[in-house]
Amino acid sequence: MAKHIQTIIKGNLSETVKTGGCGQFQTSCLSASKTSCTVGNQVCEK
Amino acid sequence: MLNLNKLELTFNNYNLEKNVHLYRQGGLNIAYDVNSGSLHLLDDKTYSFLTELSELQKEDPALLKNSEKLLNTAGSNLRADEKKEIIQELAELQKANILFSCEAEEVNPDYPERPLIKAMCLHIAHDCNLRCRYCFAETGSFGGSRGLMDLETGKKAIDFLLQNSGDRPSCEVDFFGGEPLMNFSVIRELVIYGRQKAEELGKKIKYTLTTNAVLLNDTVAEYLEQEGISVVLSLDGRPEINDKMRPFANGKGSYDRIIDNILKFIAKRPNTSRYAIGKYYYVRGTYTHYNPDFYKEVLHLADLGINRISLEPVVAPLEQSYALQPEDLAKINQSYDILAEKVLEYAHKGNEFTFFHFNAGLDDGPCLPKRLSGCGAGHEYVAISPEGDIYPCHQFVGQEKYKLGSLDDSPLVLPEDMVQAFRQANIYAKEDCRICWARFSCGGGCHAANVAYSGELTKVYPFGCEIQKKRLEIAYYLKIKEAQRIKKIC
Repeated sequence: MAKHIQTIIKGNLSETVKTGGCGQFQTSCLSASKTSCTVGNQVCEK
Repeated sequence: MLNLNKLELTFNNYNLEKNVHLYRQGGLNIAYDVNSGSLHLLDDKTYSFLTELSELQKEDPALLKNSEKLLNTAGSNLRADEKKEIIQELAELQKANILFSCEAEEVNPDYPERPLIKAMCLHIAHDCNLRCRYCFAETGSFGGSRGLMDLETGKKAIDFLLQNSGDRPSCEVDFFGGEPLMNFSVIRELVIYGRQKAEELGKKIKYTLTTNAVLLNDTVAEYLEQEGISVVLSLDGRPEINDKMRPFANGKGSYDRIIDNILKFIAKRPNTSRYAIGKYYYVRGTYTHYNPDFYKEVLHLADLGINRISLEPVVAPLEQSYALQPEDLAKINQSYDILAEKVLEYAHKGNEFTFFHFNAGLDDGPCLPKRLSGCGAGHEYVAISPEGDIYPCHQFVGQEKYKLGSLDDSPLVLPEDMVQAFRQANIYAKEDCRICWARFSCGGGCHAANVAYSGELTKVYPFGCEIQKKRLEIAYYLKIKEAQRIKKIC
């Protein structure tokens, strides 16, 4: 077990360039925002 | 000197400040790996060591190309064995591509030649029963005359959406205003029409409605429930704060009139999604220069039992008395810090509530192409005025320069130059975004806010960026706290 660093979430975001882009994601600004663009605070429904 | 070749950690031409965000929140040392979307907790020594590496790179750009010298220069306060241990752990994470991970290739999203429209903001009423002082719709009229959308225009809008949505199985329509419930009869007709037309094409339409709740009586509430329409309810917080900015035309505050409507309505949706999925509600408010201590508004709402809350900074020209000023930023950040701990405290007490901008999708979040395409305004998302004019989004409505056409145009084709301008206004086209650690989470900011500030789609609104970064830092912090809580339970 690592002594100095604890990994909480392992992501692979840059890899999703190849696997993502299905286009089914909901529109960011239509929900509870309306005045700011925040794509990172949604979850993928795929 | 350490034998660094053996340790296999290298930073050649790797900009640490751009690719790993280091910060402290709530007593934790956090490292957010931008390109993989991974999160790590660091002990104090590792945090100091990484911070020093990053600072050294900034002070001496030559060190960007000399990883060995960089690693040997930093960490002079560490014992040799400690430094070796830390570097070994860092090297393992680099090898796993979850820290100092490879920079994502700068590839623009792959769009079809013709824009595929999947969402629409339908300005069903350019009239309002309130006179909110900060209203970007100029108290409902959007700078034009007050008026309601007629049924025929609404039908044309839905036809336009469905015909331009390609093979997407699902489209979104938001009934917006002004106050959309001032045109409730047309909404009812359009919901039926849209469902029928969508079904004929093998599609579905998801409806949302944004309302100030003045007209949200039992009949309307029952209808929205039965039809599965998601609802965003506008309320700013405590009575004195809400009423100062959200009065009726006669100057009387709206709080007393709407609060019961809102509470009765949300009681019907106790299990609403925090990520605004399915049939949801959110109570959404605005904070201004008058209340940078807006955490009190959020807690007021949470204490009323409202558990899906969004509170946003006002969008306003700086000369307005209520506009947020640069000197407000410290207090705003303090509010977010307090709110972070309150989210945890309320959850611990069993009164869980969600603050929308503390949501974060990391391992379960959007793919990179989605993050790059941002909100999709002007090519995936459009707004329609009551007269049938088409705009890139609700915030551009009434701005002639950004008008994309009219539903009455024949043939109706969105102008190529405008579509391309919005498609290309992604983070890679914005100088400030390309080197920012938050670049894959904010979509490059709001186009309308950027234009309002700089006059250009590709120049960001720095004040908005600062607020966004603060919210993201807390969102990631809360992810860590949640992970720690689950681990404790297990």
